[in-house]
Amino acid sequence: MAQVIDRWRLQGMLEHGAQLVEVLPAREYDEDHIPGAISIPLSKIDRESLEALDPERPVIVYCWDTA
Amino acid sequence: MAAGLPTEGTNATRPRAGTVARTDVPVCALSDRVGDVRRRAQGAGWDAAVVVDDQRVVLGLLRSAELGKEPELLIEQAMRPGPSTYRPYVPIKEVADAMVKRNLESAPVTTSDGKLVGLLLRVDAVAQAEGCPECARKFI
Repeated sequence: MAQVIDRWRLQGMLEHGAQLVEVLPAREYDEDHIPGAISIPLSKIDRESLEALDPERPVIVYCWDTA
Repeated sequence: MAAGLPTEGTNATRPRAGTVARTDVPVCALSDRVGDVRRRAQGAGWDAAVVVDDQRVVLGLLRSAELGKEPELLIEQAMRPGPSTYRPYVPIKEVADAMVKRNLESAPVTTSDGKLVGLLLRVDAVAQAEGCPECARKFI
């Protein structure tokens, strides 16, 4: 079940083993990303790309914040 | 990123609003008096101050014109409320261009929840941008 979380919860979850995924295009990831994030661009999400993730651990996805 | 926390990548070390903003800008509360804030700001070498609440959320801005108002006036009555703000991660070229276009001499840099990071001076932004022409953000 997807949930929206704030950055404090994000930091706490990362400390406890959550996986962080940036879904922007790879070029954007190369330019800037949150430390520890892996790149799985939205356009390339499929069964194969998701094999990079551990199904036993929470997955946090993010894109660009223009707020 | 909106909180100004460190990032990784080829752009991570390029100047942004949050890294160029001056973090030593004087702050004051709505209930302070203009004269007191002016003395404190000028004593620290500033002709500006940022109005914040007890969580450091930006409420207003005092530039030289506001600091020159009646000394007994409350800051709440003297300030520019709701100033334009920038997020810390925005590349400095983008901010500099916007400040020139809008003729802003300064602007607070805030986190996404409105907390003050520092005050960005146009003169600093333009100087940094001239030294980093590749610093404009590439939107997808």
